[in-house]
Amino acid sequence: MQRPEAWPRPHPGEGAAAAQAGGPAPPARVGEPAGLRLQEPSLYIIKAVFILDNDGHRLLAKYYDDTFPSLKEQMAFEKNVFNKTSRTDSEIAFLGGMTIVCKSSTDLFLYVVGSSHENELMLVSVLTCLFESLNHVLRKNVEKRWLLENMDGAFLVLDEIVDGGVILESDPQQVIQKVNFRADDSSLTEQSVAQVLQSAKEQIKWSLLK
Amino acid sequence: RHLEKSAVLQEARIFNETPINPRRCLHILTKILYLLNQGEHFGTTEATEAFFAMTRLFQSNDQTLRRMCYLTIKEMATISEDVIIVTSSLTKDMTGKEDVYRGPAIRALCRITDGTMLQAIERYMKQAIVDKVSGVSSSALVSSLHMMKISHDVVKRWVNEAQEAASSDNIMVQVLPLSHTGCFSVCLCFELCILHLFFLLSNDALCIFITSHESPLFDFIESCLRNKHEMVIYEAASAIIHLPNCTARELAPAVSVLQLFCSSPKPALRYAAVRTLNKVAMKHPSAVTACNLDLENLITDSNRSIATLAITTLLKTGSESSVDRLMKQISSFVSEISDEFKVVVVQAISALCQKYPRKHSVMMTFLSNMLRDDGGFEYKRAIVDCIISIVEENPEGKEAGLAHLCEFIEDCEHTVLATKILHLLGKEGPRTPVPSKYIRFIFNRVVLENEAVRAGYWKFLGYRDMPLLCPLDRCMMDTDDEVRDRATFYLNVLQQRQMALNATYIFNGLTVSVPGMEKALHQYTLEPSEKPFDMKSIPLAMAPVFEQKAEIMFVATKPEKFAPSRQDIFQEQLAAIPEFMDLGPLFKSSEPVQLTEAETEYFVRCVKHVFTNHIVFQFDCTNTLNDQLLEKVTVQMEPSESHEVLCCLPAPSLAYNQPGICYTLVRLPDDDSTAGTNPQEGGERSKNASQLELLTVGANLWFFSKMKYGPVASAIILGNCMVSFFFFPNSHLSFFQNSSPYCTSKVSVFLRDAITLQLKGKILAPPISPGPLG
Repeated sequence: MQRPEAWPRPHPGEGAAAAQAGGPAPPARVGEPAGLRLQEPSLYIIKAVFILDNDGHRLLAKYYDDTFPSLKEQMAFEKNVFNKTSRTDSEIAFLGGMTIVCKSSTDLFLYVVGSSHENELMLVSVLTCLFESLNHVLRKNVEKRWLLENMDGAFLVLDEIVDGGVILESDPQQVIQKVNFRADDSSLTEQSVAQVLQSAKEQIKWSLLK
Repeated sequence: RHLEKSAVLQEARIFNETPINPRRCLHILTKILYLLNQGEHFGTTEATEAFFAMTRLFQSNDQTLRRMCYLTIKEMATISEDVIIVTSSLTKDMTGKEDVYRGPAIRALCRITDGTMLQAIERYMKQAIVDKVSGVSSSALVSSLHMMKISHDVVKRWVNEAQEAASSDNIMVQVLPLSHTGCFSVCLCFELCILHLFFLLSNDALCIFITSHESPLFDFIESCLRNKHEMVIYEAASAIIHLPNCTARELAPAVSVLQLFCSSPKPALRYAAVRTLNKVAMKHPSAVTACNLDLENLITDSNRSIATLAITTLLKTGSESSVDRLMKQISSFVSEISDEFKVVVVQAISALCQKYPRKHSVMMTFLSNMLRDDGGFEYKRAIVDCIISIVEENPEGKEAGLAHLCEFIEDCEHTVLATKILHLLGKEGPRTPVPSKYIRFIFNRVVLENEAVRAGYWKFLGYRDMPLLCPLDRCMMDTDDEVRDRATFYLNVLQQRQMALNATYIFNGLTVSVPGMEKALHQYTLEPSEKPFDMKSIPLAMAPVFEQKAEIMFVATKPEKFAPSRQDIFQEQLAAIPEFMDLGPLFKSSEPVQLTEAETEYFVRCVKHVFTNHIVFQFDCTNTLNDQLLEKVTVQMEPSESHEVLCCLPAPSLAYNQPGICYTLVRLPDDDSTAGTNPQEGGERSKNASQLELLTVGANLWFFSKMKYGPVASAIILGNCMVSFFFFPNSHLSFFQNSSPYCTSKVSVFLRDAITLQLKGKILAPPISPGPLG
């Protein structure tokens, strides 16, 4: 079962309950209306990262706290998010007390989820880092096909970016360096027309030189 | 692609073969991880087998394969047995020559380490934290952060190494160690980390040391508004906005930055800006009006979340003249947003209605249109509530409002709303010029609707001077038992035509709490006794329990007057405080309980005020040091899981021997039916409350002392075992961390020492040199 990471979380519990769009919970101080909670300072910014295909099926998912403890809840959440974001192609959404940033690419949707009082730009930087690292590691486009072929690379990339909900690295160059991954060399059939021509040219060149 | 778990596990047998084929093994390992990721369940035996097979792959030197092994270890840590057998391999890797392995190995190792093993790897961890390679160091730091949850005491000892790492050149590494104070986040650069630090601190009401916009700290934050990274700018703006007691002038630069973000091509920036402006609008609507034009542009934003936030912000800051225009814009937009946003918009409209009562007709038209459209229960309820509040508070809007509601209940599928509206009609109908026109609607409902609505019908009658006895007769022949019973009962009461009886049996319904009654009845049935059931044994309900059972409605009586006048005084005092105005009636105040020993430098006494769903802890504090002025004193509590601290109101200043008061508001769990227990149990409660204090070893006490000369200093206690001192000699920021377990009395000793030292002119030297500022 895809469980959240092994340790108990000190994460301020936002929960999956719907919260007001207008008032993501800032902590209570003098003068604040009652009903807002005190916030424990936390480094655990990321709640989840997942990649879905065109039909909303999960390709890769990591949950870092127990907002969604069971697989069923996770899948329901992913479906919900997918429905909300895939059609309108929105890059940022608010759902159930959480902020979700989204990036779509060819036939994939990448998501990063954090609680609504986190800095959205940090979530975006994680998302961008993930996308760019994958882009480089997969060498071709970030597409479902290549992702599945190089799932190990994807796992490693994600592992270098977020560890247990804490952002470990947000610079794609650093991530790529650390992962040091070589995507599968493509077989002849996958080569593009240009490449075939190129290799044909080489062949001719050599044959002429002989 | 469809993978079959058993097939894959079968394939995993090749891990045992030598020589190891890295590509094939990698492929299979990936498949295993993929299955795990998809949520496939692995039984313990098969997981353990696969795990053990995987350990053989350590023999290969293929980098990717090894990295994948680490990942597998992490994924399987909770489902396989005996995972600690890889400890030695991981330890070897983390101290080995291959840098690329070391970071990931550390992180994997920490995932499988429990408290007992942690000490064994302690020295490796310490070495790793101060390692020159940034990847290793940051991995070690993040892992130690995770380990703090498992074994706080051990990890605490690594603070020195963490501090050393903080002074290294690598920025990424620099920011993590401060996490040991539990106080901030990873970020790209030093400025951002400081900002986020203060952002979080300010969230904890610790901005007490930023006393004015002249402080060097504020200047620093403001300079960050001009940083080249958007993230830093945004964080700085956020920090400024969250500073308590910020004037509109101080907010202005932050707001203008957010205004610029509103027109950014990046949705995340627009969203962040609008969300923050929304927060500002709650407290300083005037500061946001400058952005109104930009906000109006955002109403048509393709991202609906942004659009909704823009609308709600405008509703908070809109002027009376813009109401018409706003309503038009909203009506076109509302049909496209989800229910949860619709509710938010309606609530914002409600606030606007209260602000501009003269605009009720425009709003009412709009609201009634919304009521006619499709929508879920919560949405309709929000609209009904909004209309009801107009009806109740605005005499000019009453008739139109009631008319709209009547129209609504003709075709309403939600019983709760129908009964609520009927109740309202009963209450407000008689006050209108022609009450009889509502009778038709009531009568129709009685005839046509379901039992619950019919049962609610009686409320309408009770409020009228001359009860309409005819429809009651019909009810007596109703098919539903409850309706008949009620009708018979009330008919008898009404026929007596005595106001006193009407009052007792009709107006004032059940005064006890429904769940309390349920419990008491249940108890009674379990233990049969000869005594009749005593209603007096049930705890009182002090607030309308409308939401407890939707089918039955009760109306609460006014709270009984308690004999001790002390209570009245407290009630008056508390009601005068804005934060406590909405808590409902005060049920009971406890006797004061002393919280500090006699000889400490401040003396604190606690009185608990019990409301229906909240407790207000009142702390009477007295400063016993004659050369100290304490300002903005609060007593912070860490309640148990089901209780929630809502806010703290500090005592503004405590001069020598002049007592001051600070408050903490705690919300009780929802089904706490002991909220209304009778006075005899008050004594026990106060005992529990003082236990609440001692239990929480993490009781935070903030203390701010302004020295007449010398640096401004403040002691802040965060989390369980950290004490941080901040002081500003020559605009440097120095962080001093001292970890020591403590309880309230020990803290006071520590603080006393610190103050003594400061008084003598000695400043506690931090173990690290001050870092550069930006």
